[in-house]
Amino acid sequence: MRKLFAVFAGLTVISLLLAACGTAAPAASNGAPVIQTVVVTVEVPVTAAPAAPVVVAPAGYGETLKAVQARGKLVCGVNSQVPGFGYVDSAGSYSGFDVDYCRALAAAIFGDATKVEFRAVSAKERFTALQSGEIDVLSRNTTWTLVRDTELGGNFVHTTFYDGQGMMVKKESGITDLKGLDGGTICVQTGTTTELNLADVMATQGISYTPAVFDDADSTFAAYAEGRCDAVTTDKSGLVSRRAVLADPANHVILDVTMSKEPLGPMVRHGDDQWFDIVQWTVFALFFGEEFGITSANVDEQKSSATAPEAKRFFGLEGDMGLKLGLTNDWGYNIIKQVGNYEEVYNRNLGPDTLTYIPRGLNNLYTNGGLLYAPPVH
Amino acid sequence: MTEESLPPLTERLSALRWLRQNLFSSWGNSLLTVLAAWLLWVSGKSLLIWTFVDARWQVVAANLRLLLIGQYPAEQAWRLWISMLLLIFLTGNSLGLWTKSRKFLAALAIFPLALALIPFEMEQRLWLLGLALAGALGWLAGHSAGARTSSRSGTSRAFENVVIVGWLIWIPIFILLLRGLTLEGEGWMPLVTTNLWGGLLLTFLLTIVAIVVSFPLGVLLALGRRSELPVVRWFSIGYIELVRGVPLIAVLFMAQLMLPLFLPAGVTVDRVLRAAVGITLFSAAYLAENVRGGLQAIPKGQFEAAYALGLGGFQTMLFIILPQALRLIIPILVGQFIALFKDTALVSIVGLFDLLGIAKTVLAQPEFLGYQREVYAFISLLYWVISYGMSYLSQQLEIALNVGKR
Repeated sequence: MRKLFAVFAGLTVISLLLAACGTAAPAASNGAPVIQTVVVTVEVPVTAAPAAPVVVAPAGYGETLKAVQARGKLVCGVNSQVPGFGYVDSAGSYSGFDVDYCRALAAAIFGDATKVEFRAVSAKERFTALQSGEIDVLSRNTTWTLVRDTELGGNFVHTTFYDGQGMMVKKESGITDLKGLDGGTICVQTGTTTELNLADVMATQGISYTPAVFDDADSTFAAYAEGRCDAVTTDKSGLVSRRAVLADPANHVILDVTMSKEPLGPMVRHGDDQWFDIVQWTVFALFFGEEFGITSANVDEQKSSATAPEAKRFFGLEGDMGLKLGLTNDWGYNIIKQVGNYEEVYNRNLGPDTLTYIPRGLNNLYTNGGLLYAPPVH
Repeated sequence: MTEESLPPLTERLSALRWLRQNLFSSWGNSLLTVLAAWLLWVSGKSLLIWTFVDARWQVVAANLRLLLIGQYPAEQAWRLWISMLLLIFLTGNSLGLWTKSRKFLAALAIFPLALALIPFEMEQRLWLLGLALAGALGWLAGHSAGARTSSRSGTSRAFENVVIVGWLIWIPIFILLLRGLTLEGEGWMPLVTTNLWGGLLLTFLLTIVAIVVSFPLGVLLALGRRSELPVVRWFSIGYIELVRGVPLIAVLFMAQLMLPLFLPAGVTVDRVLRAAVGITLFSAAYLAENVRGGLQAIPKGQFEAAYALGLGGFQTMLFIILPQALRLIIPILVGQFIALFKDTALVSIVGLFDLLGIAKTVLAQPEFLGYQREVYAFISLLYWVISYGMSYLSQQLEIALNVGKR
């Protein structure tokens, strides 16, 4: 009995210590003057059960930009395992659609697209990394959902890529819609919204199926290729690029069903609206460049011959638009000059000349029947 | 040699006679041999054909640097080569000093030279040549010092100490070289931040740090668990049982996901450091129990004899008990270190680019989509070669320490 008591006493002391560590830790920013005391409240779970959401009080207005500028580089959380969106090429540098967005943001802030440090974050740790300040912005094919926008302590800035979940089957199976999959096996990656969407859609339509879940995309598609499942599901962008590398691409069809809306875009921490604006207007600058026909090739010429008032404001020739964001007035020029406009970024990573070609579909300017629409630069 | 008795004569067989004696000694055995050969061929044929005909190894060739050192800047790779030179020199030293076999001299020189035959760029081949030289020189230096060991002269003792100190300072030197001394992007040895450390380099680093740090921790915990002081004993038991009760992946998730939220805002601990600490603390608990097993195998008489000689508790442990106990558990320890080496692959799940993590990234390159077999086969081979190397060296260590022959 005495021994047992000692164990409990020890455990109590440890939990008290943990609780003491967790509450009311003073804010300390890297050498920058502390403007506002940040109170960090952390709920320490007493049991091992999953904790209630951890609430972190926001960093103050303008703090993020200051920290980024003091550090001299942007830290961008990206995916390292999605062809076309984020991966490391043979030379050891990051490539992809989401990666180029980080470069555009660095160009806007520093006038130098190379001043960005990429941090590969996994699907599970991405939100923690953002909350804890390890990364400044998350640009990692993350779907905008209500829970992520609220409880997880982040704000989605704007959609940069409109995706939707699809289903791929073998042509010879003759399946044309989800009903045809009744009683079949479906390969799906675990820990993503994909798995939940699949369950939702199938439950709604009353279709029974056996999910075969895998931890990463590679194994999911390898299992499908080996015939271990009748169908495979993920975002349509993923299906297109994966089908291209199957042994017999022509023998697989992507069903004409969209099982979910998957708006993908960058995400920032709650509480710093200035930073939110910068990240958002970097997206708009990319749209703006395409809408006004400004490319990295002709940007100098366009700048010197700009006559339209909006273009002049975009280039920083009048109106001090950049200063209002907390940046320099040539922010828009720097983005286009160093990274290109939306179309250039898209075609470089997902265009017809790449192995990961995805038709633009909704990811087109509103003038071309898409959803990309930048507010006016006033 | 005069004092030692010569080993009994053994018959040296020609290849043909060996075959006859071992494989075709009777009709029945001949039949079995043929059958076994046929089975081997049937089961191994497709593997052989795949390896030499079907496999598209260009994915490994194109990404070799990435797989070995991750995104570590190519123009700074000389720092890694220098670390390797020092490492192989020390290895040669130790092998020359403590084992008498000449085959290690050959092995140390031949492996890098064989690698240099692969058409890398000239710079890499020169470095490999340097490795061969350093290994051979190290062995010769160790051997010539070891040759005088028979008389247990002072010089060879001093040399042994030099080699031991060399091993101890190699690790900080390695980490310093890896990290850099001057500011990022400036100076002759600029800082390389840990998010660029990757591939086999990171796997290797995590393993070494975990082994070197968890070893003393584990010994202390084992002693603590046997201590007569209740607080020390209860702490050790609590720690060991707590850590052994959770899986390593849970520890890593705690380090990567929970810890950042507990820290004050603005304070971040490096991710690689977090993973290394997690693995080390985890490994220490298991090591402690292995060491305790060794301690329990030491008969009580050893303690009593030590006390009778007038040694104190601390001296008894350090000079009498631990040397015997640790020698007993070498196979277990090596087994644990090999397991640890492979367990580091779990860090790829929490977003670090160790060998497995970088392999997954390579597989996302659009031009190499669908090359899983080649990449995974290659990293499996790397894991196997290193694991087997550790196992082999430990066997040599056992022979040198005469563990098996008592």
